[in-house]
Amino acid sequence: MEPEHRDEPHTPAPTLYPIGFAAGIACVLVGLIVSPRVIAPIGGAIAIVFAFLWVRDATREYRGAPAPVEPETRREAGLGDAPPIPAHHGEAAMPEPAPGEAFPRSRFLEASTLGFGAIIGGLVTVPVAVMALGPAFGKQGKHFVDLGPLTNFPEGEWRLATFFLDPGLGEVTRRTAYIRNNGTLGGKPSFTIISNRCAHLGCPVQPNGPVFDDQTKEVDTGGGERIKLIKMLPAGGFGCPCHGGQYDPEGNRTAGPPVRALDRYEYAIKNGHLILLKTFSVSHVDGSGKTATIHKYRLSGPGQHIDGWEQIFYPLQPPQ
Amino acid sequence: MAVSQRSGKSSRRRQMEAAMTYPIDWLEERSGLVGGIRYFLFRKVPGDTNWMQTLGSATLTAFIVQAITGVILAMYYKPDPNSAYQSIQHITNDVTLGWLVRGMHKWGASLFIILMFFHMARVFLFGAYKYPRELNWIVGVILLATGMMEGFTGYLLPWDQTAYWATVVGINLNGTAPILGPFLAQFLRGGAEIGPDTLSRFYSMHMLLIPGGLIGLIGLHLYLVVRLGVTSPPWSKDAAGMEATTNGAGPATNGRTGLTRPAARGTWRRNGGDAE
Repeated sequence: MEPEHRDEPHTPAPTLYPIGFAAGIACVLVGLIVSPRVIAPIGGAIAIVFAFLWVRDATREYRGAPAPVEPETRREAGLGDAPPIPAHHGEAAMPEPAPGEAFPRSRFLEASTLGFGAIIGGLVTVPVAVMALGPAFGKQGKHFVDLGPLTNFPEGEWRLATFFLDPGLGEVTRRTAYIRNNGTLGGKPSFTIISNRCAHLGCPVQPNGPVFDDQTKEVDTGGGERIKLIKMLPAGGFGCPCHGGQYDPEGNRTAGPPVRALDRYEYAIKNGHLILLKTFSVSHVDGSGKTATIHKYRLSGPGQHIDGWEQIFYPLQPPQ
Repeated sequence: MAVSQRSGKSSRRRQMEAAMTYPIDWLEERSGLVGGIRYFLFRKVPGDTNWMQTLGSATLTAFIVQAITGVILAMYYKPDPNSAYQSIQHITNDVTLGWLVRGMHKWGASLFIILMFFHMARVFLFGAYKYPRELNWIVGVILLATGMMEGFTGYLLPWDQTAYWATVVGINLNGTAPILGPFLAQFLRGGAEIGPDTLSRFYSMHMLLIPGGLIGLIGLHLYLVVRLGVTSPPWSKDAAGMEATTNGAGPATNGRTGLTRPAARGTWRRNGGDAE
């Protein structure tokens, strides 16, 4: 006796969607007890997705059968009578979509590949870009340096001060400032504190005059590193070893390529100590000493114009 | 005579030859690599090419030397402000042949840049940048800039006074570019001030970011050279676009044949669709 063939499809076709739906509902119920804010919504989402799939599956007959798609065929060389078709002739490699199929599967796959690719690319790129740029353009740490008691700065004399902006980072944050006590103005101490960063391209400017290394004073202000104060006499102002920029003792450019005067430090007096605050840029200084008029600008990089028509090239500065 | 020689081959020798070519055949059948390399190396070039046209290969060789020596140096170098200089001293004085490999990298860097300029001069003077090779000139200009960036970022790594102040000046030079200059300088420094991050940042750019770009651009550059063929010198007697008629080996195995040579290529024909 021949075995009986039963090739007709089951009605309704077996489906796993109800099980998924039930699992989602179970998840909601458990979530309501365990974690209403996390697990319950997840269960709800699962239930909704499976409910949608279940309804779609169950109503397939009523919505009409899907358009038949012709199976892909490939003509093999040597099997038929005709010679193989050269690659640049003949039909497209993809089968034509069946008539009536408005949105063929190939287009769906294409769009979803591109879409998921964009999502994955974005998910990778955003943290990478933030990590690469964030620390550089985020808020920069402020460093206030305590240079010790005012008695270390005799009136009318220059001191070369070296200090660490951030002792934790070590030698790489060592900076130099040229400091002159101008006496008092209206009862308040007045200082000229010039940064040694050349306004051309940032090399360290040197005093044009003697530096008395034998009159060095080390001050410990508790910053972890000792601050060195060296007596000096920049009678000829300052000069840059790199490209020959020259400045007068007030930091005004007198010769060479610099585009402006030397930067200066803001300062404060706290408990009788001289404290260096942030740096600012200076276009030029009129007069000298405590009565000087300092034309002050926001700190700009070396070589960047802060006044004159060239300032239009540097409208924005990154956060300092 | 020839026949007797061929028959004189012993069967053992034929077996030996088969055994030797088997791995190559195996590879070729599964990858097509052997044919690809053959296509790359044994392609036809104009008959009157000369030594000037080896400058590009010389530049490539200099780059490969830089890549290899750089990888070895990175095994001993420490991109940290407190130990970078000491690690360079260690490489130069203690590591076996470290002085030599570091010297190759240091002098090879200059050689690489110089060869790039010679190669560029050759292309310019031979008119080899003209149609259809403009894109390869553009890629070459980007390669030149990328190579200079390698030089700039690598110069900081010894972390001595020269390196430090040259980089200060270099970063501030970038900072003087209009509008975006200050931001470019801040990006290079990794902050408002030069610090430990600057060194590791330059190290990362020098050995990962920029070489990756360089390798990709070199691949594109070579692809275009192979696809478009080599120009003959301007004093070549063959007229531009002339077809070789001698042996039916196909058109234009010589002459200034930028226009016809690609047409002899299967790829060109395929891409061109019905152009034949």
